[in-house]
Amino acid sequence: MSGPEVSTVDINGFPTRIWRKGSGAPLGFLAGFGGLPRWVPFLDRLAERRTVIVPSLPGFPGGDRGHTVLDTHLDWVLAVRQVIQAAGLHGADLAGSSVGASMAAEMAALWPESVRHLALIAPFGLFEESDPPTDPWAQRADAVPGLMCADPDVWKALKAMPEGANSIEWPIEQTRANEAAARIFWPLGNTRLEKRLPLVKAPTLLLWGSEDRVMPQSYAARIAARLGGPNETVLIEGAGHLAELDRPDKVADAILSWVG
Amino acid sequence: MKLMWFHLMPYTELPEDFRQKHPSVWVDIHSTLFDPKRAHHMYNDFMDELEYAADCGFDAICVNEHHSNGYGLMPSPNLIASALARRTTQVPICVMGNSLALYNPPTRVAEEFAMLDVISGGRLIAGFPVGTPMDTCFAYGQNPSMLRERYLEAHDLVLRAWTEKDTFAFNGRYNQQRYVNIWPRPVQQPHPPIWIPGGGSVETWQWCAQMDYVYCYLSYYGYKAGKATMDGFWAEMARLGKDRNPYRAGFAQVVAVAESRQQALDLYTEPAEYFFNRCLHIDPRFAAPAGYSTEATQRAGLESQVRKAANAQTLIQGDKTNRGMTTQDFVDRGYVVIGSPDEVLEQLNALADDLHVGHLMLLMQFGNMGKELTQYNTRIFAETVMPRLRTRFAEWEDRWWPQPMAAAEQAALPAFSPKLAAE
Repeated sequence: MSGPEVSTVDINGFPTRIWRKGSGAPLGFLAGFGGLPRWVPFLDRLAERRTVIVPSLPGFPGGDRGHTVLDTHLDWVLAVRQVIQAAGLHGADLAGSSVGASMAAEMAALWPESVRHLALIAPFGLFEESDPPTDPWAQRADAVPGLMCADPDVWKALKAMPEGANSIEWPIEQTRANEAAARIFWPLGNTRLEKRLPLVKAPTLLLWGSEDRVMPQSYAARIAARLGGPNETVLIEGAGHLAELDRPDKVADAILSWVG
Repeated sequence: MKLMWFHLMPYTELPEDFRQKHPSVWVDIHSTLFDPKRAHHMYNDFMDELEYAADCGFDAICVNEHHSNGYGLMPSPNLIASALARRTTQVPICVMGNSLALYNPPTRVAEEFAMLDVISGGRLIAGFPVGTPMDTCFAYGQNPSMLRERYLEAHDLVLRAWTEKDTFAFNGRYNQQRYVNIWPRPVQQPHPPIWIPGGGSVETWQWCAQMDYVYCYLSYYGYKAGKATMDGFWAEMARLGKDRNPYRAGFAQVVAVAESRQQALDLYTEPAEYFFNRCLHIDPRFAAPAGYSTEATQRAGLESQVRKAANAQTLIQGDKTNRGMTTQDFVDRGYVVIGSPDEVLEQLNALADDLHVGHLMLLMQFGNMGKELTQYNTRIFAETVMPRLRTRFAEWEDRWWPQPMAAAEQAALPAFSPKLAAE
């Protein structure tokens, strides 16, 4: 597995990382809770057939402290819009997971011409009182891996400090990712995304891990019923909340066949 | 040295198997454990105890704010302080304090503190804590990523509301108000003394130095565990060129006195075990939401294992989680200063030497101590220990103490005589 080409763009004064790998039509990916502190096999699967472009979101790994100047949801969606444009993803196919999926859905709702096909893996943004998502911030550190992935070791491998990394800054970057998610979604995860789903006209693939312990599976039907364009839902067996980490091949195959 | 009597107001009837059956004393403690009719007696006992401490001559009486908390029954300490203002005449009242970011708009705090200062004739100490994660982020739903910025902005707004003479517009990042003009205005000018309870964050120390506020370390784990934090505080003051006036600082300490050490152990072991094992049984999942600690504080914690060891949150997550504590633990480690008057005096002198703290906040009711024992502890301390500690730090001026109205200017409070109405 070879790494991606790395470039940096300026978003609100903060250097923001963009990964690029592969060839063919561009396919964007916005990462989930915790972000991507390292390249993962799922992105290689996408890069086999497309130019996969992975911009960091503000405050998530590669996104510096960009979250600190975003105070409202309007600030957030405009910042992500800037990221999408700077990454050359305007008008491209866009996939996202978890918190990134929520932002991908916002892009498709607010700037319909900016997204060709959309793929959402268990997006944040909704809250149903009778079936609430798990609170991802009120957790003991040792409970988080098993919450995010069906196989806790997959999350641990994602977050493990690489050889030669700064032992002070690496854990701070991981905490910052959780803070950035909190800054958008605290306390319930309810950004009223539901109200904007009818504005999404792009054909949308909804993916859900069968063992998602964060976002209830019932939300897939809720979202599907409100989307303004054609859509399909695919359950990923054996996958947790971050299905693309647990089952990279299955999730990549489903996305690639959806975007064509 | 100022000796201040501090009440947490714990619910005193948590069940014996609380640790085993319930995940947390805070945030999601179960409502069925709360008996309002029993709590009626607790509140009234607690206020009796605070008034008793004032009568015994303590330098101040202190209350604080907690939410959804089985060991702190004061979501609004201002209500208690208001009642105390009417039942006492001379003693300063320390509200330690109001968590500024929880009030919308924060001018509510400027108003209520001004009311307390006016009703009490200028006896208020205004505490401004950020607030614990349990209180602010979980019970009150505040965003941990914005909490400190909101707090600092609310502080600026409250200060301006107290000091500006004309109605003004406040155009903040989080608060916007077209007409800020609070009535009443505080008696103490330009405003009541401001004290900041905090953990061991460098930014808080720097801010207290810059604003000339008192920094208070309100740990429940005593002066031995608190030394690393206070050392850090004084080192930072020295670095910033501030003097070592001990009245720049406050510290909380659980204290239990009796005629002899054995008698003290006999009297106070049960309430101490109740306090440390039931009251401080906090689910660690609520202790550290991402963003609550600044990155500078995280760096300091990662860089200094010493400071980390002294951090209350680490203690919550540490040995208390997996086992209960015994008397031996909290006596040997200095969590509780306990013993005969001479032994307690010796330990508090050691505290004063080690921490160099001028404002000592004494937790003399703790756990499930009843009124009689609390008043015994309070009286014996006042009679046998307090006079010998008063002279500590006499060479320093306390520039952070309330400046009440002269006694001759103050309203005469009528004696409280409920029997008259029945006659």
